[in-house]
Amino acid sequence: MAKIDINVKILRYQPAKDEKPHWQDFAISVEDESTVLDVLNEIHWQHDGTLAYRRSCRSSICGSCAMKVNGRNVLACETPIHRFGTKLKIEPLSGFEILKDLVVDLEPFFAKLKRIRPYLILDKPLPDKEFVQSPQQLEQIGESTLCILCAACSAACPSSWPNSDYLGPAALLKAYRFVFDSRDDGADQRLEIVNDKNGVWRCHTIFNCMEACPKKIKITEYLSRLKVKVVENSL
Amino acid sequence: MKIDEARRYHKIDAVIVGAGLAGLRAALEVAKSGLSAAVITKVYPTRSHSGGAQGGIAAALANVGEDSLEAHMFDTIKGSDYLADQDIIERFVNEALKTVYEFEHMGVPFSRTEDGRINQRPFGGHSAPRACFAQDITGHVLLHTLYEQCLQHNVLFFNEFQVLSLLVKDDVSRGLVAWDIREGGLHIFHARAVLLATGGYGRAWKVTSNAHANTGDGVALVLEAGLPLEDMEFVQFHPTGLYKHGILLSEAARGEGAYIINDKGERFMKIYAAAKMELAPRDIVSRSEQTEINEGRGIHGQDYVYLDLRHLGREKILSRLPQIHDLALNYLKVDAITDPVPIQPTAHYSMGGIPANVRTEVIRDAAGSVVKGLYTAGETSCLSLHGANRLGCNSLQDAATFGRIAGIHMTEFCKKNAFADLPAKPLDAAQAKIDRLWGGGKERHAPIRETLQVNMTKTMGVFRNQDDMLKMLAVIKELQERYQKVGVDDKGQAFNLDLIEALELENLLSFSEVIVEGALARKESRGAHFRSDFPKRNDGEWLRHTLAWRRNGKIVMDFSKAVVIYPQYQPQERKY
Repeated sequence: MAKIDINVKILRYQPAKDEKPHWQDFAISVEDESTVLDVLNEIHWQHDGTLAYRRSCRSSICGSCAMKVNGRNVLACETPIHRFGTKLKIEPLSGFEILKDLVVDLEPFFAKLKRIRPYLILDKPLPDKEFVQSPQQLEQIGESTLCILCAACSAACPSSWPNSDYLGPAALLKAYRFVFDSRDDGADQRLEIVNDKNGVWRCHTIFNCMEACPKKIKITEYLSRLKVKVVENSL
Repeated sequence: MKIDEARRYHKIDAVIVGAGLAGLRAALEVAKSGLSAAVITKVYPTRSHSGGAQGGIAAALANVGEDSLEAHMFDTIKGSDYLADQDIIERFVNEALKTVYEFEHMGVPFSRTEDGRINQRPFGGHSAPRACFAQDITGHVLLHTLYEQCLQHNVLFFNEFQVLSLLVKDDVSRGLVAWDIREGGLHIFHARAVLLATGGYGRAWKVTSNAHANTGDGVALVLEAGLPLEDMEFVQFHPTGLYKHGILLSEAARGEGAYIINDKGERFMKIYAAAKMELAPRDIVSRSEQTEINEGRGIHGQDYVYLDLRHLGREKILSRLPQIHDLALNYLKVDAITDPVPIQPTAHYSMGGIPANVRTEVIRDAAGSVVKGLYTAGETSCLSLHGANRLGCNSLQDAATFGRIAGIHMTEFCKKNAFADLPAKPLDAAQAKIDRLWGGGKERHAPIRETLQVNMTKTMGVFRNQDDMLKMLAVIKELQERYQKVGVDDKGQAFNLDLIEALELENLLSFSEVIVEGALARKESRGAHFRSDFPKRNDGEWLRHTLAWRRNGKIVMDFSKAVVIYPQYQPQERKY
């Protein structure tokens, strides 16, 4: 481990005093093995206490620290700075209102999740023990349950930016996860919700969401399967 | 009342602090009964650290080999080094199967056996494959599923609110005061019943698996309200923390067959726990690791050993342990398929916490007198289910089962009891905390926190002794004094991270003193608490819980709360 000097450009916005966001430069010295989150902590703890950002688990599972670094959406906690050399440019996720510095308003993002009824809908009686689900049936939804709701996908989606009503990749992936769950009986309800100009059809298969996903979920593929299901279901 | 005041006053039947497994499960239970339930959380619910739990949730389903409730009970008692209360464990194992089936009916994507049932894997200290799992993201899928259930049942969420004071007067809980992190400002939550489910307190250590949010806010609030904490000296160090980062690499790795090896390439657990090897309980594996390191057999003589997955093969690693593979690759650039992963013990789980009875009611003395309307569940509570050492997979089960039990009792309580009056000037205590930090002393929170964490890791780790702990106590006293002069740079209302971190530091400094005092008082070695100067368990004197209060600035202790022991489970020597 060795110290290196880096230049960090951060898009700042303090609602009480700034009319609009502006860039601020920090020249700091950090361990070469640092992550982007380590860099933000260093700035916040040693240089400028007013910097605001979200973080919690440090281990790529809570989804708090999605942000844009050198043009790519990443989780700050799992992203080593050596990936970017000595110049970092850090800004909040696109497509969301900035509350302060790197903190964006995620209320609309979570509200969309609720729209697709993200829970098992059952019209069969509960078994005494577990429902039987084969490993092959589980395989259909396994990868989609990895989603940590970090919003990196939505922030990368050009279809999401101009359409605040568009459900977006994360909520649609959640719809996929329940529609393709062998235990669920609510497919008709959910397919009706996503069969809309602000549902699956607003997805133009651009693949940005997939590239942005820190969990490498094949979102576009699952959304395509959801589209097929919508069509099959309306025939 | 002015409009702004009305916006900041909330009257809700049940207010739940914390949106991890315990808090969400309780909220769901209350909301399903038709009462109003609100969850107050300083992070978005799906960010809670229950999501960090990887390996599984324990229940004797016997889907993979034989198992029984009695076996689960005995394993938990033995794992606790006989400090756990056995009436609590009995309730726990009796409810555990229901909890798992209920999760499955909610839609949790458990990994499956070939015949389509919930799959189970071995875990440390359990005598049968008892960990029901979803790959190595079990906590994550349980947390998300519960959150979704709460959305369905219209639980109210106050996301990004930091609780600053409990409104407890005359041994009756009346509500609490919280700071709105997003917009700034204090809010009063007037409640019939309050649940504290704020998780663990691992952030007092430098090397920890805990999230930034795990600052023990609940335990500190209880201490501040004049109520006791129990068994705070018992903190679990997880043997497989990612070297230098402390991030958790799940015990699931060892459950699937991974080895731990020293610099000579030896599976050294054969010396310390020949029968169970790497699947001995965590306190024993961590202590063995630290012994190897202290005696110079760490890798290259340094302060780490290896977790070796290589013999499991690529397919098993990627299908059963994908998160572990990713973490090692991302943080240490080590590919677990081809290379061993550097690990060290990391502060992981708080066995101690807020004392409560089997109904999850918070108690205020050794006799078990309750604080009316105040409840606690999950890691922040001390029932005591885990005693001196928790078994892996029992924590998710604890949080979910006692979260549900809390919800049931809170619902009953709310139906029978009116809203208790708020105390006079309810905002004052919370406002004073904010005003002092905004008043602008010259000290800063970051260096004080760093000093605390570095010293806690140095002195309050796997091995402890009186000299080190007395020094630690002096450090804490000095830091508490410096804290009186802390000011924050950020004077803004909206998303003031500077303010939140300073408030959290006050909590860390407060309960850390109790941990050290408890560890100094307990002159024996039991479970996760090992004193080099008192290396033996002493059942004659110490088969009892420690209760600690802060009175007039000093920690006062009571050792009269005896452990609940059934005749058929008398303490024995603990060998694996």
